Amino acid sequence: MIRLIMNGLEVQAEEGWTLLDTARFYGLEIPTLCYHEGLSVFGGCRLCLVEIGEGEKAKLVTSCTYPAEEGLIVHTDTRRVIAARRMMIELMLSVAPYSKKIQDLASKFGVTQVRFKLRNEECILCGLCVRMCAEQMDGRAIGFQNRGYRRKISTPFDLRSEECRLCGGCIYICPACQLRCQGPEAETAVCNACLTLEPTCLDYYDELQCWMYDAGRCGTCVREPREKKDSLVSPKP
Amino acid sequence: MSPKKRVKKLRHLSELESLINQEKEKRQKDNRPLISISSGTCGRARGSDKLAEAFKKALRQQNLQDKVILKVTGCHGFCEAEPNVVIYPESFFYQKLEPRDAIEIINRTILKGEIIDDFLYLDPVTGEKATKEADIPFYKKQKRLVLGDNPLVDPTDIFDYLSLGGYSSLLKVLSSFKSEEVIETIKKSGLRGRGGAGFPTGKKWEFARAQKSDVKYIICNADEGDPGAYMDRSLLEGNPHRVIEGMIIGAYAIGAEEGYIYVRDEYPLAVQHVSIAIDQARQLGLLGKNILGTGFNFDLHIAKGAGAFVCGEETALIASIEGRVGEPRQRPPFPAVKGLWGKPTVINNVETWGNVPIIIEKGADWYASIGTNGSKGTKIFSLVGKINNTGLVEVPMGITLREIIFDIGGGIPGGRKFKAVQTGGPSGGCLPEKLLDLPIDYESLTQAGSIMGSGGMIVMDDRTCMVDVARYFLNFLRDESCGKCISCREGTQRLWEIVTEITEGKGTMEHLALLEELAIAVKEASLCGLGQTAPNPVLSTLRYFRDEYEAHIKDKRCPAGVCKPLIRYSILAEKCTGCLACLRVCPQGAISGELKKVHVLDESKCIKCGACFEACQFGAILIE
Amino acid sequence: MELNLSLAQEVIDKYKGQKKALIAILQEIQEIYHYLPEEALRLVSKKLGLPLIDVVSVATFYRAFSLKPRGRHLITVCLGTACHVRGGPKILEEFERQLGIKAGETTPDNQFTLETVNCLGCCAIGPVVVADGNYHAQTTIRKVSRILKPLKKE
Repeated sequence: MIRLIMNGLEVQAEEGWTLLDTARFYGLEIPTLCYHEGLSVFGGCRLCLVEIGEGEKAKLVTSCTYPAEEGLIVHTDTRRVIAARRMMIELMLSVAPYSKKIQDLASKFGVTQVRFKLRNEECILCGLCVRMCAEQMDGRAIGFQNRGYRRKISTPFDLRSEECRLCGGCIYICPACQLRCQGPEAETAVCNACLTLEPTCLDYYDELQCWMYDAGRCGTCVREPREKKDSLVSPKP
Repeated sequence: MSPKKRVKKLRHLSELESLINQEKEKRQKDNRPLISISSGTCGRARGSDKLAEAFKKALRQQNLQDKVILKVTGCHGFCEAEPNVVIYPESFFYQKLEPRDAIEIINRTILKGEIIDDFLYLDPVTGEKATKEADIPFYKKQKRLVLGDNPLVDPTDIFDYLSLGGYSSLLKVLSSFKSEEVIETIKKSGLRGRGGAGFPTGKKWEFARAQKSDVKYIICNADEGDPGAYMDRSLLEGNPHRVIEGMIIGAYAIGAEEGYIYVRDEYPLAVQHVSIAIDQARQLGLLGKNILGTGFNFDLHIAKGAGAFVCGEETALIASIEGRVGEPRQRPPFPAVKGLWGKPTVINNVETWGNVPIIIEKGADWYASIGTNGSKGTKIFSLVGKINNTGLVEVPMGITLREIIFDIGGGIPGGRKFKAVQTGGPSGGCLPEKLLDLPIDYESLTQAGSIMGSGGMIVMDDRTCMVDVARYFLNFLRDESCGKCISCREGTQRLWEIVTEITEGKGTMEHLALLEELAIAVKEASLCGLGQTAPNPVLSTLRYFRDEYEAHIKDKRCPAGVCKPLIRYSILAEKCTGCLACLRVCPQGAISGELKKVHVLDESKCIKCGACFEACQFGAILIE
Repeated sequence: MELNLSLAQEVIDKYKGQKKALIAILQEIQEIYHYLPEEALRLVSKKLGLPLIDVVSVATFYRAFSLKPRGRHLITVCLGTACHVRGGPKILEEFERQLGIKAGETTPDNQFTLETVNCLGCCAIGPVVVADGNYHAQTTIRKVSRILKPLKKE
């Protein structure tokens, strides 16, 4: 057993536990986004940051990756942690403003403004889809490409993937495109705030190609040129 | 070393000792004049290879090829003076040479002992000339422990390295040091990592040694991604055996049998010279199995980088050697405990390895007597930018910035004023004039808001816009970020967007507050050194040059005359001589005028490319 | 244009199809074809036993690799800090203007590819431009035409 101090409480962790495992065991809430119990750890969303150490040497680390260490002093909700957390949420909102999950996080942690130019990419590159595809579904059809500000997730050469079995796991697990959120808009009788999207495959095929009723946004099934059919949905007035 | 030279593998320590002594004696007894040509990558870019060819031809023509030694060496360090030669034994220094000068040098200096005045170094400030290398102000305050052998050694010949006493430290270690003793020596010397972080080298080796593992690795980090830094390149091109010797000693100390030198892709000459050196060391039996009969095995491989700055970070470098993308991972576990392929690995910078042989040779106490309390030994800086004497400068820690920039560097060219010096690459900061008397060591630079980094030192004058500099670094970082952490990837992108808006005259005072808030978040929340130090250029320029940011925001003006949307070009009538020079080079036809009549610039057509400013010899182009 | 994949196969064989040699293999393949053709990447994936997406991840992560064919002449402008301070961006702009393309692009006639690099380590002689492997020191706006002229004739 590893003994450490979390938020002033002496806690015990098993060998191999991370700080996140330890906190959750004791009922301490730490927000996460790119973490999923069934998948390998990534540490990219930076939401689960906690402050370790004391004084000048105190620093922020992601609790989902940091191993429990004997004698470690951990604080989960200091001013530093919350300030950093808020900025991460603000950054995420600036690229995926229509994600209900991220909007909920904003409300929960007090993010009330987005001061950056909105870029509606709907992808925060958390990598859940990549890990889901590789680890749970053994597909390896999608992955990270490029680096830095040009980073994206796609199939090789942006072509229809031969490995993709259209299982829908990627869309199931995606926090940004799971549920849509536009907030209350009283322009028409239909609010559409939680509008689920029309799968794009119906533009090209006679029936849905997979069981992704929530959204057919990835489009990997339709990148090859095909004749487009008439849309099933009448255009908005 | 001629390819035909048969190299007999040394099988005992005593054989190495004899060989070193034999080569040393040969060199000492050799009275022939030596012409050493500085020929690293940048020397070659200025024509040093053509100069070398000219010398070879001229010597052959006079049948002197056996009476004069001609050595094509690595970089001598005084890049401003290249192509340059040093003629021994007098150590005459001839600079800015052209191939046709070779014949004159042979006829007058080599054959007649005459000094050729035209080729001597001329000090831009005092107007004095210097004949010998040691008289040149650039070299006077330097202490060239690591780079000093570059002019003396042919990097492609292991025997030349031996003739300078090379591999004596390895001999000493294998003969009389236990591995713990090597580590104790390095610890006592106070050597700290020269790659940037400044971690105590001895401590790192100690951690690795303490790990129980059948397999351990050592790595030489030659990724040198900091723009502006090229000391590692010069050391690998000019004296690769020094680094290899250091690595063999390190491997012995921690118990590693395999090592890698990770060289960035952009350094083809360094890769070539290191390959040759490793090959020769193997032939001689200094690498391989049962080295010199001691039972110690060690071999070296080269791994090439593929154009990623982040691979200078330890864990990203390891990922790259493993054939993966260069994404850093969290530490702990540290590489010394779990590194390459999960085994204990020591990664050190080229310059760090280069210091090891001399510490063994002269002892830890001697080394610790140089430098400051916290930072021992010397450090190589690449002094570049707006400076008279560009080049590689090796100085004891504790020397001030002023001494480096003005005494060694010769100050700012063109009579312009010093504005800032940027240290530590994209992870560092810009230091203003008031900090010129700062003594250089790891702690003092960090406190001032910069870092030592790999040693890049970029000098800036009053025509450099500090907001533009911050923007430049952010652009670099958002491209080089591996992209894993949203704080770094998105953070550097947004910081860049905001600073760009400021350079375009669209900035607001709220932007400054947002810059600081975001910068701190990026610093705190990022996983690796790249993200954690990415805000430094912004934070340091905000700290020391806030007035420049405010001028861009409040006055919509760029005081240095750099940010295009905020400047305008015009012709000063009182200085214009009507020479047509600017008119000819303007790609947009924005300048009109006749010979000997004052020219006029049409701002509506001007794209501010700067061609006219470059062409005008009379300072008649005004940028404001 | 038919692609001779046997050359790529030779490289893979040279490294015994080891996964850890992926980067070195890609570097040598790029030297042969002057870029990384899609078919070559598929071959590497197959022979090394690596998922194609992993090979593509590595190929797109590192700046040294290009998945698009390069022009006959490669012009690389150094944008390291020292070169930047000495006017590197203006040199790049001049090349962009004269070639009619932006950095990272190739001219429509496939003659020139213009790229940038984040420091070649020749800072003392900046601004530096490398044209077909030849280093040009202290480039000025006027020198740009002189660098391009002999290459245009070939």
